[in-house]
Amino acid sequence: MTEEKRPDAGEEQSVAATPPGETGEGQGPTLREQERPSVLYQIMSGSALMSVLAVVLALLIGGLLIAFANEDTREASTYFFARPLDTLAAGWTAMTDAYVAMFRGSVFDWQAGSFAGMVKPLTESMVFAVPLILAGLGIAVGFRAGLFNIGAQGQIIVGAIVAAWLGFAFDLPVVIHLLVAILGGLIGGAVWGGIPGVLKARFGANEVIVTIMLNYIAVYLISYMLKLPSFNPGRTGQRSPAVSPDATYPLLVPQWLWPDNGFRLHWGFVVAILATVFVWWLMERSTVGFQIRAVGANPAAARTAGMSVGRITVITMVVAGALAGLAATGQVLGTERSLTAGVAASFGFDAITVALLGRSRPWGTFFAGLLFGALKAGGFLMQSLTATPIDIVLVVQSLIVLFIAAPPLVRTVFRLPDPDRRRRPRRTASTTQEATA
Amino acid sequence: MKLELQGITKVFGSLVANDHIDLVVEPGEIHALLGENGAGKSTLMNVLYGLYDPDDGQILLDGAPATFKGPGDAVAAGIGMVHQHFMLVPVFTVAESVALGYEPTGAAGVLKLDEARRRVTEISDRFGFHVDPDARIEDLPVGVQQRVEIIKALSRDAKVLILDEPTAVLTPQETDELIGIMRELKEAGTSIVFITHKLREVRAIADRITVIRRGKVVGEASPSSTETELASLMVGRSVSLTVDKTPAQPGEASFEVDGLSVIAANGTVLVDDISFDVRAGEILCVAGVQGNGQTELAEVILGIEEADAGSIRLGGEPILGKGVKERLRSGIGFVPEDRSTDGVVSSFSIAENLVLDLYDTAPFARGVSMSPATVAANAEQRTEEFDVRYTSVHDPISTLSGGNAQKVVLAREMSRPLRLLVASQPTRGLDVGSIEFVHKRVVEERDRGTPVIIVSTELDEVLGLADRIAVMYRGRIVGIVDAVDEHGTRVNRDVLGLMMAGVPLEDAQQQAAEHHSVLGAADLDGDGVPDHLQRPAGEPTGEHRHTSAPATTEEHP
Amino acid sequence: MSTATQPHQATPSDETSVQRTRPKVSLKSTIVYALAALVTLLAWVLDTPADARTTFQFGSSGDLFRIPNVPVPALGFLVVLLVVMLAATAFSFWRYRERRPLPAWVHVVVGASFVLAFLTFVGAGRSTVIPMVSLLAGALALSVPLVFGAMSGVICERSGIINIAIEGQLLFGAFAGAVAASAAGSGYVGLIAAPIAGGLVGAGLAWFAVTFRVNQIIVGVVLNTLIIGLTGFLFSTVLSDNKALWNTRMPLPRIRIPLLADIPVIGPVLFNQTILVYLMYALVIGLQIMLFRSRWGLRTRAVGEHPKAADTVGIKVNVRRVWNTILGGAIAGLGGAFFTVGSGLAFGREMSAGQGYIALAAMILGKWNPWGAVMAALLFGFSKNLGNVLSTIGSGVPSELLLMLPYVITILAVAGFVGRVRPPAAEGVPYTKS
Repeated sequence: MTEEKRPDAGEEQSVAATPPGETGEGQGPTLREQERPSVLYQIMSGSALMSVLAVVLALLIGGLLIAFANEDTREASTYFFARPLDTLAAGWTAMTDAYVAMFRGSVFDWQAGSFAGMVKPLTESMVFAVPLILAGLGIAVGFRAGLFNIGAQGQIIVGAIVAAWLGFAFDLPVVIHLLVAILGGLIGGAVWGGIPGVLKARFGANEVIVTIMLNYIAVYLISYMLKLPSFNPGRTGQRSPAVSPDATYPLLVPQWLWPDNGFRLHWGFVVAILATVFVWWLMERSTVGFQIRAVGANPAAARTAGMSVGRITVITMVVAGALAGLAATGQVLGTERSLTAGVAASFGFDAITVALLGRSRPWGTFFAGLLFGALKAGGFLMQSLTATPIDIVLVVQSLIVLFIAAPPLVRTVFRLPDPDRRRRPRRTASTTQEATA
Repeated sequence: MKLELQGITKVFGSLVANDHIDLVVEPGEIHALLGENGAGKSTLMNVLYGLYDPDDGQILLDGAPATFKGPGDAVAAGIGMVHQHFMLVPVFTVAESVALGYEPTGAAGVLKLDEARRRVTEISDRFGFHVDPDARIEDLPVGVQQRVEIIKALSRDAKVLILDEPTAVLTPQETDELIGIMRELKEAGTSIVFITHKLREVRAIADRITVIRRGKVVGEASPSSTETELASLMVGRSVSLTVDKTPAQPGEASFEVDGLSVIAANGTVLVDDISFDVRAGEILCVAGVQGNGQTELAEVILGIEEADAGSIRLGGEPILGKGVKERLRSGIGFVPEDRSTDGVVSSFSIAENLVLDLYDTAPFARGVSMSPATVAANAEQRTEEFDVRYTSVHDPISTLSGGNAQKVVLAREMSRPLRLLVASQPTRGLDVGSIEFVHKRVVEERDRGTPVIIVSTELDEVLGLADRIAVMYRGRIVGIVDAVDEHGTRVNRDVLGLMMAGVPLEDAQQQAAEHHSVLGAADLDGDGVPDHLQRPAGEPTGEHRHTSAPATTEEHP
Repeated sequence: MSTATQPHQATPSDETSVQRTRPKVSLKSTIVYALAALVTLLAWVLDTPADARTTFQFGSSGDLFRIPNVPVPALGFLVVLLVVMLAATAFSFWRYRERRPLPAWVHVVVGASFVLAFLTFVGAGRSTVIPMVSLLAGALALSVPLVFGAMSGVICERSGIINIAIEGQLLFGAFAGAVAASAAGSGYVGLIAAPIAGGLVGAGLAWFAVTFRVNQIIVGVVLNTLIIGLTGFLFSTVLSDNKALWNTRMPLPRIRIPLLADIPVIGPVLFNQTILVYLMYALVIGLQIMLFRSRWGLRTRAVGEHPKAADTVGIKVNVRRVWNTILGGAIAGLGGAFFTVGSGLAFGREMSAGQGYIALAAMILGKWNPWGAVMAALLFGFSKNLGNVLSTIGSGVPSELLLMLPYVITILAVAGFVGRVRPPAAEGVPYTKS
């Protein structure tokens, strides 16, 4: 009999271990702020500061790695005991060179010839941010429902296949063609996301495993598709025909407005903003979001209150997939303008870290996406200027997320006070009894 | 072994769970620790068992101070504990469970399971437990699992045995057997600390009673004190031990269950061909020991468990096949058994929890768009109505005490016009004040003409609330009895107890007339009649229903 | 339900004393078998010419006595296999009607028949032989890292820690193995460095999961990204700056076990291997015994199923979890060495290529048991190798679709087509005392 309850108990546990975004803060205004001692204290212990410190710490460690891997540094280190300053100087130079290049590649390049050239890096960061934000939003929605959707990668790929196909194989009127292609990408991602949703709702299949498997299937699917005659005019199996100009996102800063700006930034960025607003409304103000949050926080109670956990699981995964599909349109209809085997790059996986850094909240995810987009854009210039491989960006990204997930660690490093110690008591009388009894 | 606790203090955040508690347990005595839910009994015992570090105070064993860094130290010092929720791994065998932590091993750490089995058999035989060392824990009835826990403690030579609410999961007859075991252990020189909030048990077994309230020792009492005295000591004010209600005015049978069965995925029949009805304006209590199908019965009525056979009708209309939401909207109120798991979403605000089932109806939502202002306004009103103590309705419900959280659940479930109220264990884990409040609201709902089903394992609650009582055992209804028969006499506690062990009504009545159980006898002087001297002759034997038919449990030499 | 007339299984003497049981059985197996038979009939039997032959090659070059190639009449053999599958379908349906569970060997028979039928169809009327030995040897080679990874998963999850970081452990093991072997000039040194590297990743997982109680899936996923970035970074900097010192191929020698290696077909597959593969055999057998028959195993399982119960008998739950996670990481790290020193390759970027996730799936498919996990890992290795072999033979089936197969199987498996599985009860739940 206890036996029978077990699957539910498992369900419970998976949710008890909710993603960091779900740890109690957020849902609407609370009066808890008033209980806090002071504004300064609040800033000192708040999550915004923690995020900044986590980024700083991760960049520092990344810098050490850059310094260590630098050839000059290592050369200098051979006579470290004779002249230790040489090693430190070489390391410092390697690190600052890399980060300066990264800044110039992602925010503002003061060495560029024109003003447009100087601002271009910022727009590049926004270009990279589009798929990160959109896919990150999808993963964040999943987190709120207690679902670990590792499958954004596959959802992006399938969305990209559909969007690209609709984009190059058909000839439709101007605006309609773009909308059809966007819708197609959205549906493609939604279907690929819906599969694990249905399998979880219907058969209790673990979504982590299913989404990982679907990623691989999608990778083989795209390489199979790219060999099909209609996708493969160049017989290389690498690149599909270009998407029709009618079906591409227009540039956000058109040439007639600012001649020769050279920006690649397209309307996909506006789509990302709209999607962020939509997700905020969905999660905080709609009945669907209410159910998603309830199912994520406690599926048993949601079920007892008459919600269909299975239906919400499917809806959540479909929404998550649709957002990943939108991310794909940013790539095939905006940045790349055709389907390539590497169209999804590692956006699907990076999006997980984006959602985690954004604490599963829409605007948090938006800004986290911008940050990681900047790291990516800057990483490319850094790689070409200083021969520092762009892999360092992955290292920095994952370190940021690890530090964000473990605030005590960052607090220890920076010797900050523990906010929990002075806030509300952990338990009231009767719940202690229940917990310990 | 003489055990002394001196000035034990344990603080969680701002809550002082134990406030300078002193306790002395003499060798070979049964010492009851009496207190309400939340009084700090379990915390104290977890400190004694090395699970918690005390913030202050010390433990003395035979006069020598002892510090326990973990349960291992406590066990080594001769302290054994049987937790309220058994500390047994469900997939292990009995022998493995007893061996765990103290494994007899050969080369390379390979287990000597034979030796573990022998150890189980030896202790089991010594006390007549009849436990099979190779049975899997999850296949055993709770009563037997409890014996495994006692074997575990004894196999480590426990001199002091702590029993934390040991009777919560037992039938009255099993409780009698446990009392027998406790007396045997006492004869053998083991001291026993017996934690409970049940006054009747304390008076039947304890040599000494220590009462704690809100983390403090408020006094000692002798077992000859009346229940009313103990109760007022425990709660801190005089309390009425009975539920205030007028006789029911039952109407038509408006809720009918016919031939209902629920089968688990592994083939176990959880609810077995059950039929009963509830009339408008009456309370039907479903009594029985935890795990005999009551939970599933309640869940199948709500629709979160599926029926495999039979029918359920509400107002003549079949409801099986309808979804949970439809059933809730058709007027079923449901108070789930486990509040924190099924009743509330702990990270949601009080306001959100109050609309957990109505979030998508007017006025809380228009279309798919919700209105936070209306949700908050609703919360202000409901919390006022149900006397919920809170800081802000936007606070997470996890900031509320158990009693207040349960009031939120009741407020939610009773805020709709009801055609049926189902409440599972509505007062479990609550303090006396909240229990009174819940009972009052349930009776009010009945008086409004709603049929009410209360599932409870607490016999006192059943006897207090019920107009009719259905006793469940192993998925079946053993019998349905009126709480007060046509002659105006209340149903006998012993009869219910025997039915809870599966004895049919007539047999139970006959047996109950012949013998009084320990607790049944103790019951009598609840009215102030000092007749504990007339305790039935002979101790209950160590027999149990694992091997013998239930009807023979009351056999005496 | 139609079972209402069924007599109860309870003892007739005392109906009230025993809870009745009525087993629930399902038609899933029957349906899957019928589908397999249907595919065989429609896609293969009907499409094979009557006179075509398929040649199976069972010998290998090093054999003591040569086994001749075995040509079989394709259509006849296919029909035989089809009959076997149909018989299994009928048998499973009969068991369903009798409400009795299906023995596991039926799955094996149907699976083997299906694979053989496919091979027969592919080889029908072609001059190329179906090389059974290299098919099996390749399958084993592809399974080795999976088996190590799955064992790591078993150890961690049995003690309550979800180890998604197997991927990172494999990759870091491969990296450290290659670098250490290259620097020291011996493949065996790689076998020491690899488990240390994997253990480090395990320690990282344990640190975040136990000390900071961060969600274990998150830590695992992020650690994988971290290791991919770190090894990729070092690969493009330090390793490529001085390839001769840091990243030279350093293969482990094959050790041929006399007599055993002479057994036809399986001998050369199983017993002419590097020490890493023999370590794998020992690991699997040892783990199977230790997990269920030793003090370590009993405590590990207790910690994963009911940590509080373990705590109350003086077992240090978190300490045990940390050490087991490090041990698991070390095992996966050792498995990672197979990618480099075990296969005689230098380190390459992201060379574990998601095998860690497949290992995780193998462990789940194997129901958290070492032996079951090995079987599942072999299944994955086989189907992957089948895809590779067939794409070189040229079978007409696109190789991408074949390569998808293991992943599709995994999805079907976790969706419950191989029976419900029950993970350790406390998996993924951090343990705190209060």
